[in-house]
Amino acid sequence: MKQKGWKDLPPGSVVLEGGSAVNFKTGSWRAYRPIWNKENCIQCLLCWIYCPDMAIKVKDGKRGEFDYDYCKGCGICALECPGKKGKNAIEMIEEGK
Amino acid sequence: MAKIVAVTGNEAVANALRQASPDVCAIYPITPQTDMMQKYASFIANGKVSTEPILVESEHSSMSACIGASAAGGRVITATSSQGLALMWEMLHIASGDRLPIIMPVVNRALSAPLNIHGDHSDAMGARDTGWIQIWSENAQDAYDNTIQAFRIGEHMDIRLPVMVCLDGFIISHSIERMEYLEDAEVKNFVGEFKNFLPLLDLDKPKSYGPLILTDYYHEYKRAQHEVMTKVKNVVLDVAKDFEKMSGRKYGLFESYRLDDADIALVILNSAAGTSKDVIDSFRNKGIKAGLLKPRLFRPFPYEEVAEALKNTKAVCVMDRADSFGGYGPMFMEISSALYQLKEKPALINKIYGLGGRDYMPSHAELVLNELNEIASSGKIRIVKEYIGVRE
Amino acid sequence: MATGLTLKELSKKEDRFTHGHRMCSGCGAPTVVKMVLLATDYPVIASNATGCLEVSSCISEYTAWKIPWIHTAFENAAATISGVETMYRSLKKQGKIDKDIKFIAFGGDGGTYDIGFQSLSGAMERGHDMLYVCYDNGAYMNTGIQRSSATPLGADTTTCPAGDVIPGKLRSRKNLTKIMGAHNIPYAAQASPSHWMDLMKKVKKAHEFIGPKFMNILAPCNRGWRSQTNDSITLSKLAVNSCYWPLYEIEDGVTKITYTPKDKVPVADFMKPQGRFKHLFAPANEWLLKKVQEEVDKEWEKLKKQAECGC
Repeated sequence: MKQKGWKDLPPGSVVLEGGSAVNFKTGSWRAYRPIWNKENCIQCLLCWIYCPDMAIKVKDGKRGEFDYDYCKGCGICALECPGKKGKNAIEMIEEGK
Repeated sequence: MAKIVAVTGNEAVANALRQASPDVCAIYPITPQTDMMQKYASFIANGKVSTEPILVESEHSSMSACIGASAAGGRVITATSSQGLALMWEMLHIASGDRLPIIMPVVNRALSAPLNIHGDHSDAMGARDTGWIQIWSENAQDAYDNTIQAFRIGEHMDIRLPVMVCLDGFIISHSIERMEYLEDAEVKNFVGEFKNFLPLLDLDKPKSYGPLILTDYYHEYKRAQHEVMTKVKNVVLDVAKDFEKMSGRKYGLFESYRLDDADIALVILNSAAGTSKDVIDSFRNKGIKAGLLKPRLFRPFPYEEVAEALKNTKAVCVMDRADSFGGYGPMFMEISSALYQLKEKPALINKIYGLGGRDYMPSHAELVLNELNEIASSGKIRIVKEYIGVRE
Repeated sequence: MATGLTLKELSKKEDRFTHGHRMCSGCGAPTVVKMVLLATDYPVIASNATGCLEVSSCISEYTAWKIPWIHTAFENAAATISGVETMYRSLKKQGKIDKDIKFIAFGGDGGTYDIGFQSLSGAMERGHDMLYVCYDNGAYMNTGIQRSSATPLGADTTTCPAGDVIPGKLRSRKNLTKIMGAHNIPYAAQASPSHWMDLMKKVKKAHEFIGPKFMNILAPCNRGWRSQTNDSITLSKLAVNSCYWPLYEIEDGVTKITYTPKDKVPVADFMKPQGRFKHLFAPANEWLLKKVQEEVDKEWEKLKKQAECGC
């Protein structure tokens, strides 16, 4: 990416676009990848509220896929997932395996 | 219609601030500024101005709150002196780096240690690298006029920088002088409505102030900040022109006093310039071509214009009411930088005077002018930097 | 319209703190911010003290904040937002703004308990209409895990390292929540992200008071605590259930415990998974571990008494 020269910078280094961090993908940080097993999901949304990276897509109050563009693979969701009848709905697997 | 009054410098500046109707002010006491903002608080309490005050718990918070208020979007003022300015130091850089036009009278006072409450220029000179515009004032009238002009300069859409208006502690802040007030309506019209620029309170366009900028862009941001400073001189002159139309009082980047044909000259800031002018007159009466240059705009410093004004002199003394220990006085460094670009330079010496409110007497100016006269004829400099008015 | 506190309802709201921030994997702080903003049903402007949250959420042209946000320095998030709030009041009084806006300051424990303490105390005393949120991870994590006055007794940090002679931090934590309560502000509370409903109820409640409010929220840091990236919620639960981090509020001077653990677990359960307390489990330091438990018990009993007497 071509970097801007000093004449093209916003005055006072103010960031003019709110939420522009969406353009910065953090998914490549991940060493472990969460896998969602839909059949064990009770839609409690605890994974969504506890996710520090806002990396779980929810639509109309229903959990969808992980947002792997941003998920850093911390594993909080997998640890906190109550699952269905003792069967966890999220498991962590090593990236690249 | 101008109104002639007898007031202290602090009261004069408090009135200039009131006439600009700021939206927010931060107030914290420190000698000798205290009664300026005290006066301002009484304006608020008596409904003379609609400013919302923040009665902070320190000058650090004062400048922090001013930055928050100014970024929110509106006209913001505070005032300080000495240790208070020193405590703000960190935040001064942030006010200018964020390009926020906060207006702040600085009632100049010595810095500790030892503790001293009287006037010298150590405080504001210590803040010269903070990215603020600095305008210095000889007397109450200057301080009043400069404060009014500061709003137009700092808030100019090409500038958007904070401004310090400096005046000497006690000598000016607490002495009663005869001066002229402008009408409230005139000042209101002159200063104009505050124009918003990237206000935080604009909810529809959420902005983030104060990002982390690393090696990839920091250098560019500072280059851009330098560029803004290069535009200040012209704005100062344009504003001065408009101010002259309204008030009849003329201001420039500095004042030249009997300098045009001078062989020897003093360069001296603020109240001591007044005393020096009388002595210059008496030397002129003796047939000695003496003159004086009183800087007004210290940041950005008008190097070329100052060099031009001093180029025909033979010997110049820069009088500093502050010291850079282990170096020359701060004003001396500026003047020598300015003169260095000339092919033929006057001899240049530096006297440190009046620290911690030590009186500056006509005899001091006489001593220096006599020395300059000798240097002008002999071409020999006895010593470059020296304290005067000091007991051995 | 106020949002109900069900996850289903909340999940329909827009995140005002977005992904793409660069906090460490598994950090507790972004979860705290997300919960605070989700519980806020108003337009909001935030200030942020220098620290992990600030440097990771706004870098160059990338900001994770969808709300107006300002960072100025380390020790002055409270003073800075007090300036923003005062300008808002001034412009509102002049009829130049008509919206109702809430103001929140975020700071870590270093920026709140220590260097920002004066600025916070001043802003609270002046009565600005604002909520100060401290995300407390118990050390200066941004600069590399140095001791703060929020660091727990016995913890190993880089400036109070557990050595052969000195076993980590020998002083107890400053009780900032109680100190803020002593400012006689309308509302001060302590919360934990593990108990999201309790946390969000407190945020909602805080916003309904006019004047200064303070919330101290636990924010596990797996780097500084030397724990796993997945355990920030589990550890916060243990902090609450051991009464190391009791959940309570002080409303108009009256203390109320908002959650009492059914089975209070030993504080060792909270400490054991954390490398910063590893040395306390060596026989030579048994006395210190015992002291930590005694202090937690003593503070918990004191808090219960305060809650019982309604003071």
